[in-house]
Amino acid sequence: MTDTLHLWVIPLLPLAGAAINGLFGRRFNNAVVSAVALLSTAASFAYALWAITQALHMGLPYNRSVATWITAGSFSAPFGFYLDQLSIVMVLVVTGVGFLIHVYSVGYMAHEGGFYRFFAYLNLFMFFMLTLVLANNYLLMFVGWEGVGLASYLLIGFFFLKDSAADAGKKAFIVNRIGDFAFLIGMFLLIKHFGTLNFDGVFKAVSGMPVEAGWGLLTIIALCLMVGATGKSAQVPLYVWLPDAMEGPTPVSALIHAATMVTAGIYMIARSNAIFSRSPHALEVVAIIGCITAIFAATMGMAQTDIKRVLAYSTVSQLGYMFLACGVAAYSAGIFHLMTHAFFKALLFLGAGSVIHALGGEQDMRRMGGLWKKIPWTHAVMLTATLAIAGIPPFAGFFSKDEILGQVFSSPHGSKVLWVIGVITAGLTSFYMFRLYFMTFHGELRLGKVDIGEEAHATTAPAHAGHGAAAHSHGHGDDPAHGHGGVHESPWVMLGPLVVLAIGSIVAGWVGIPAFMHGSNNFGQFLAPVIKSGAPTSPTAMEHVSEAAGQPREEQPENPGEEWALASTSVVVALIGLLIAWYLYKKRPELPARITARMHGIYLTVLHKYYIDEGYGLLFVKPLLALSTVVFWRGVDQGIIDGLVNGAGSASKGIGGELRRMQSGNIRSYAAWVALGGAAVIAYMIWMGVGK
Amino acid sequence: MVPLAWYLILSAILFCLGVLGFLIKRNIITIFMSIELMLNAVNLTFVAFANYWNQHAVAVSDKIVPLSGQVFVFFVMVVAAAEAAVGLAIIIAVFRTRETLNVDRVNLLKL
Repeated sequence: MTDTLHLWVIPLLPLAGAAINGLFGRRFNNAVVSAVALLSTAASFAYALWAITQALHMGLPYNRSVATWITAGSFSAPFGFYLDQLSIVMVLVVTGVGFLIHVYSVGYMAHEGGFYRFFAYLNLFMFFMLTLVLANNYLLMFVGWEGVGLASYLLIGFFFLKDSAADAGKKAFIVNRIGDFAFLIGMFLLIKHFGTLNFDGVFKAVSGMPVEAGWGLLTIIALCLMVGATGKSAQVPLYVWLPDAMEGPTPVSALIHAATMVTAGIYMIARSNAIFSRSPHALEVVAIIGCITAIFAATMGMAQTDIKRVLAYSTVSQLGYMFLACGVAAYSAGIFHLMTHAFFKALLFLGAGSVIHALGGEQDMRRMGGLWKKIPWTHAVMLTATLAIAGIPPFAGFFSKDEILGQVFSSPHGSKVLWVIGVITAGLTSFYMFRLYFMTFHGELRLGKVDIGEEAHATTAPAHAGHGAAAHSHGHGDDPAHGHGGVHESPWVMLGPLVVLAIGSIVAGWVGIPAFMHGSNNFGQFLAPVIKSGAPTSPTAMEHVSEAAGQPREEQPENPGEEWALASTSVVVALIGLLIAWYLYKKRPELPARITARMHGIYLTVLHKYYIDEGYGLLFVKPLLALSTVVFWRGVDQGIIDGLVNGAGSASKGIGGELRRMQSGNIRSYAAWVALGGAAVIAYMIWMGVGK
Repeated sequence: MVPLAWYLILSAILFCLGVLGFLIKRNIITIFMSIELMLNAVNLTFVAFANYWNQHAVAVSDKIVPLSGQVFVFFVMVVAAAEAAVGLAIIIAVFRTRETLNVDRVNLLKL
């Protein structure tokens, strides 16, 4: 057994793939490009598996610095890698799900231009994401953090000829910058007060500090980190970029905007649990933000008609659950949901991609329907994923969501109000997911015969005309074998990953079956060392936080009856959501239109996403634009900077114009100047006296 | 013995006449003559100073070469002669093209 694990190999393999494809991919054919991309990702996955087994033997956490990156005085940031239970989960999710999505992309992107570019970006993303989860200090983590933002920007704007895609990329980048700014400030505070950004150093320093009752240093740091996480993990108020990010190709939505990148914020909070657990106020804020996000996004998801946007809002909503879990100091529950969510949300997106592929680029659910006979495999896996996300046992989502809701109910940081909102959200989730399912797979196919002219929908017509154009730029429509006429099942290179993910969506939850169901909650116990080591240990802290700070559930005094009640409540709510969706969209498909007509105002508000984008535009974008235009552009740039340069020019021109009069071309005037000059010199010499 | 000051006053008068002639006259040949007048005024001061030094050299320093003032006069004369040759050639060239000797009309370089 080797002493060092060379963890740097894990992120570097995808980077090599990205470099090869990015630099030379233009000359390769698609087979070579996909071979390079898949091999580098698969190798990374395999190496990660090997390294993890070794690390488990060697004892966790494994922490090794490869090289020094920055040294400034007493501060230093190494290129160091850290492997503990938390990063193991993340690395396996990233490389495993990432590899499956790579495989899927080979089929999905086969007809697109820029095949090599796509895989180069995708591998680049893998590199940064693995750097993020393996880093042993905040600074290197931030490199990965920014890097995944870059990859996300590049991939959202992959169809860069389309304005909406380019705009969405920019929006994602800019909104993320707001969060990153706070993250940076949090890091500066860490450097200022602890002199280091290494995880072990920071957490060791923090572990000696008591729980803060008020708004102290740790609370401020935690809140800064949290704002960073809200940007990356698409929480209120910075979630607005994620729905627009659906402009990217569907595999990108699955990989980056559902399974991995958006969970970086959750990972960061769970990683920093030592800081958060010592700051009840920060936890409270995290929980409230998560809860608001969860229900807010769920309601917005109910009215969307674009299949990918429904999934986008559901992602935001599920991320809200994870935030909520972190906010009640149930980090392992949050990470558990992160893992199960990675499976079923990746599956949902890829399944949606398969549907879109089958329909030749159609994304509007109002034009779908009755697909279950035509694309049976896609239907089966989508149904699995929908059941999983809706929280129907024994699918994965049930266990993780139940774990979160149970923690919210019983944790000292939790509250009944948050729990009620969480349960309502679970019902809404079930409703809109089954709405998606019934609209897509049941009823009759409405391709090309949808009443867009309907009043309530009229306002969105231009947007969907845009999607129609998008269909063509997707290239499916241009391909003779993939015409709009023939609805067809996707090739096996796409279905294979779907099936694997579907199995994952079923069984992934079984690793965390809670104690009251006679499981052992292996997942929570597996993660317990990470969270326990960060839990407050000082006597004062023990009184009200230690229980909550992530001890496995079964160590707390439990009431199995209460747990059963909680679990069955959420299942019942999920089933109610299912039934309503079934009634409205399968049994009586004409009802939704009547309901929306009656509740016109509310419906329009929800359809327009509560006018949040417009509100942000009015509150921030327009004033900023005006400020930039009037003050910075016209004032500072044109007025002062250009003014200085132009002023220097025109001043010398003016002075020259005056001086030009001396050079009249008149010899006698020249002579007069010379004579005057001479006279002046002589007068000066006489006056001063020469040679004295 | 004529005092040094008288030479210098004469020289100054000649120089001023040359300057005035240069400034007032428009005929380029007259201007040229005025220049010669100024040059020769300077020559006069050179000679006067040289003579003065010859008489008082030992009292001031033994390193002063007695004839240096006169030598400079020859330099000036040579340069003036060369300048006159070039200057007259230019005047002839200008007269051929412009058919005038009035300097106010020779102002093509003026903006």
